[in-house]
Amino acid sequence: MHELAITENILALALEAAQKANARHITAIHLVIGDLSSFVDESVQFYFDLLSQGTIAEGAVLHFRREHAMATCRACGHRFQVNPPLVPICPNCGDYHLEVKGGQGLTVDSIEVSDNDETESRETNPQCE
Amino acid sequence: MRLKVEKQILSANDAVAMQNRARLDATQVLAINVMASPGAGKTSLILATADRLPHGIRMAVIEGDLASRIDADLIATRGIPVTQINTGGTCHLDAPMIRAALDQLPLENVHLLFIENVGNLVCPAEFELGAHLAIVVASTPEGHDKPYKYPGMFARADAVILNKADLLDVLGFDMAYFERGLRMVNPAAPIFALSCRTGQGVEDWLAWLLRRLNHDEDSTAASA
Repeated sequence: MHELAITENILALALEAAQKANARHITAIHLVIGDLSSFVDESVQFYFDLLSQGTIAEGAVLHFRREHAMATCRACGHRFQVNPPLVPICPNCGDYHLEVKGGQGLTVDSIEVSDNDETESRETNPQCE
Repeated sequence: MRLKVEKQILSANDAVAMQNRARLDATQVLAINVMASPGAGKTSLILATADRLPHGIRMAVIEGDLASRIDADLIATRGIPVTQINTGGTCHLDAPMIRAALDQLPLENVHLLFIENVGNLVCPAEFELGAHLAIVVASTPEGHDKPYKYPGMFARADAVILNKADLLDVLGFDMAYFERGLRMVNPAAPIFALSCRTGQGVEDWLAWLLRRLNHDEDSTAASA
């Protein structure tokens, strides 16, 4: 259910960035999502398709880049990628003293826009008013 | 054309959370975000804490539930200022909800504010509220594998309560396994195994909480 709230924020950030650039259409949104943040890509796209109807982001495709969580074995130093549920044992040496870092990201990295309005200079040139 | 955005998805929520924090700091209230599964004992912990607070330390509570005033009514019977948030289906509290709830509470008359989040080990972890401390209440009947399954939640805990510890042996709860899982994502948070029902272990949690309260008061005094 928190995918809905997350998606509302994604849409708002994308629209804000597009409007700043006078873009007329958002075709794609690139997201970075940590593996430990436990939500579902398909669910975000589903909510996005609903929420973006009638906005310049309608039809935009969401691209998810997963930020992996990495475990480091405190005994042998072996590093390996983990996903929930976390594995409790180092696959290299069998020790169970592990430390997990990363995988917590939740970022709108960039958007792709088309039909860019060519009058960006308007803001800096009062004569255009 | 590609435009860089590079913004935290929940930056709007986080901005309100910072405002909440400033407001709590201005009234010298230490706020604790209490997160757990449904039925782990969030309300029981709040009541067990309330029953043992030293004289002169006063608390207030924000109750978060999908629906009902059951928890708020229970808290209110103890004479504790409380306000209920009904999220109406939303699975977590967010910072704007807390901003509105703060208006309902006599912040200038309390030292501690417990914010009881919606019972859920997933979503509340993502939403900053502006609280000073985040605690996770686990309980023995849920099993010892919870830190492995919900690492995002346990990673952000400043302290972990293991409630219903009076049932440790009956349930065959593997404390070492639980602790190893927690330490994978959270090397430092203390674990307080306690039972709100019998009262065992509650003093240790309370002592930790009061140290945090006094430390905050000291640091405020030092900077004033």
